[in-house]
Amino acid sequence: MKNIKYLLAGVFFGIILVKAQVISWFRIQEMFQLTSFHMYGVIGTAVVTGIISLQLIKRFHIKTLSGDPIVVAPKKFSQGQIYGGLIFGLGWAITGACPGPLFAQIGMGFSVVAVTLVSAIAGTWVYGAIQSKLPQ
Amino acid sequence: MQLLKFIQQPWHWSVSGLLIGLTVPVLLILGNKVFGISSSLRHICAACFPANITFFKYDWKKESWNLFFAAGILVGAFIAGHYLQDGQNIQVAAATKERLASYGIHDYRALLPSEIFSWQQLFTWKGLIFFVIGGFMIGFGTRYAGGCTSGHSIMGLSNLQWPSLVATVCFMAGGFASANLFIPLIFKWLH
Repeated sequence: MKNIKYLLAGVFFGIILVKAQVISWFRIQEMFQLTSFHMYGVIGTAVVTGIISLQLIKRFHIKTLSGDPIVVAPKKFSQGQIYGGLIFGLGWAITGACPGPLFAQIGMGFSVVAVTLVSAIAGTWVYGAIQSKLPQ
Repeated sequence: MQLLKFIQQPWHWSVSGLLIGLTVPVLLILGNKVFGISSSLRHICAACFPANITFFKYDWKKESWNLFFAAGILVGAFIAGHYLQDGQNIQVAAATKERLASYGIHDYRALLPSEIFSWQQLFTWKGLIFFVIGGFMIGFGTRYAGGCTSGHSIMGLSNLQWPSLVATVCFMAGGFASANLFIPLIFKWLH
């Protein structure tokens, strides 16, 4: 039952993704063809909001609902951020989606995107299988 | 009804960005959860097909909140797609429309063009490229990069992590190459 709140958070997030149109293949093409500011505006505002929120959380030692201190682990650098990042970027423009939007595109009625999701799960699996052979 | 009409119009980028950004503190306050969605794909692998692979040997049940969040996105998008849209065509920049017309894309009724995203395309070259190969690159690339647009570009940058900046720059570089070099070539080859 403790996961119900995350389900609800996901519902709100799903609504926002659709209304923000960031799950639109058209918006992604505009972004990478530099013909519209929309995506840059959305992502930029989201990052600024996130930075301010985290600063406030740190400054005022805001706790979780159950009273635990909030901790965010730092991200470690690996070469994967370069190679994997490039591979994901290629796929992002082709499908018009990152992982979150895949769920949203299916939810809003493009059921064929379930094929893309299955393929993304397969991609994750193959990464897991050959991870030790890749430069990290 | 006034409120519903208000919500149904397309949202300004600043409103959308603010709400997406607020997901970061909301998940932290709800229970110290770090915003990120691509991990859900790893949990699905760990839960369904671990196949004795070290990368999938961990207690995915501890991370099951992420799967509930992903399921929520599905439900939220259903609600927004069916009840919170105004039924108007999506407004797309003229220059992009012109380029898309040369790809044979003219359907602006929904957020995705029906010329690509329909079941009829599944067993065609288009389907292979746009669903199977594209999807594979999303899953493989995000896991190799250790995160996606949410985990790196929003959560990581919000926490001022330089590896996330490297990842974001590479996401964008890959996207620019894809949209301006590969996608035009793909459509040229398909036609």
